[in-house]
Amino acid sequence: MNPWPFVVAAYGVAIALTVALLLWTFMSMRRAEAAVDALKRQ
Amino acid sequence: MLIGLALTVAGVVAGLALTPPDYLQGETVRILYIHVPSAWLGMAGWLGIAAASISQLVWRHPLAAVAGRAIAPAGATFAAICLVTGSIWGRPTWGTWWEWDGRLTSMLVLFFLYLGYIALASAERERGGEGQIAAIYGLVGAINLPIIHYSVLWWRTLHQGESIGITGSSIDRSILWPLPLTMIGFTCLFGAATLMRMRAELAEAKVEARMRRMGRE
Repeated sequence: MNPWPFVVAAYGVAIALTVALLLWTFMSMRRAEAAVDALKRQ
Repeated sequence: MLIGLALTVAGVVAGLALTPPDYLQGETVRILYIHVPSAWLGMAGWLGIAAASISQLVWRHPLAAVAGRAIAPAGATFAAICLVTGSIWGRPTWGTWWEWDGRLTSMLVLFFLYLGYIALASAERERGGEGQIAAIYGLVGAINLPIIHYSVLWWRTLHQGESIGITGSSIDRSILWPLPLTMIGFTCLFGAATLMRMRAELAEAKVEARMRRMGRE
């Protein structure tokens, strides 16, 4: 059995989920802080 | 976050390109460098939730509930990574994607506990609660941590026993050395994700408070 497809799949899943987590947390932080700034300007 | 990214990339590159294959498992041993940190962070995340829960219930720290809610998505993500990478690793090593083994099952329970915590904490927050029910749930769920840790000793089924301990490791140094890089790197990324969620939660709370004040005026 060729092991590399398993290694690549495991790394792919780990990298994709970690990047998705970081992007989601970063975007939600930016969105929430933009909402605070918008309220301050009102 | 940048330090975490740099260490993770360095560890992943070293793990994929610079270490020799294992004499028994061959190339699949390289999954170790992402599987072990994700298992550690899945468990450490719930330990963080338990600490935040104690801080909230005993000392009523104002940031404790925020910290608990912020840790949960990162913890759930790393528990999921641990389960998926473990399953992928299991297929060529054990000949099966899944087995109801003590370690695998208790890790799956941890993932479902995270989902329950996220649902409970957000429902409680929407109803204007202080998060005490979620804190109690966070404490009760911590019972699963020693079960995960000792599962390989209590039920000797498919998952291997402890190969990395406080006193040393049974893994050869030529294979082990990139692991601290990915362990510290992923931990920094976990910390960055948690801190960003905390900032988002605090900003959302500010907006809600301001909207309530504006509604009263």
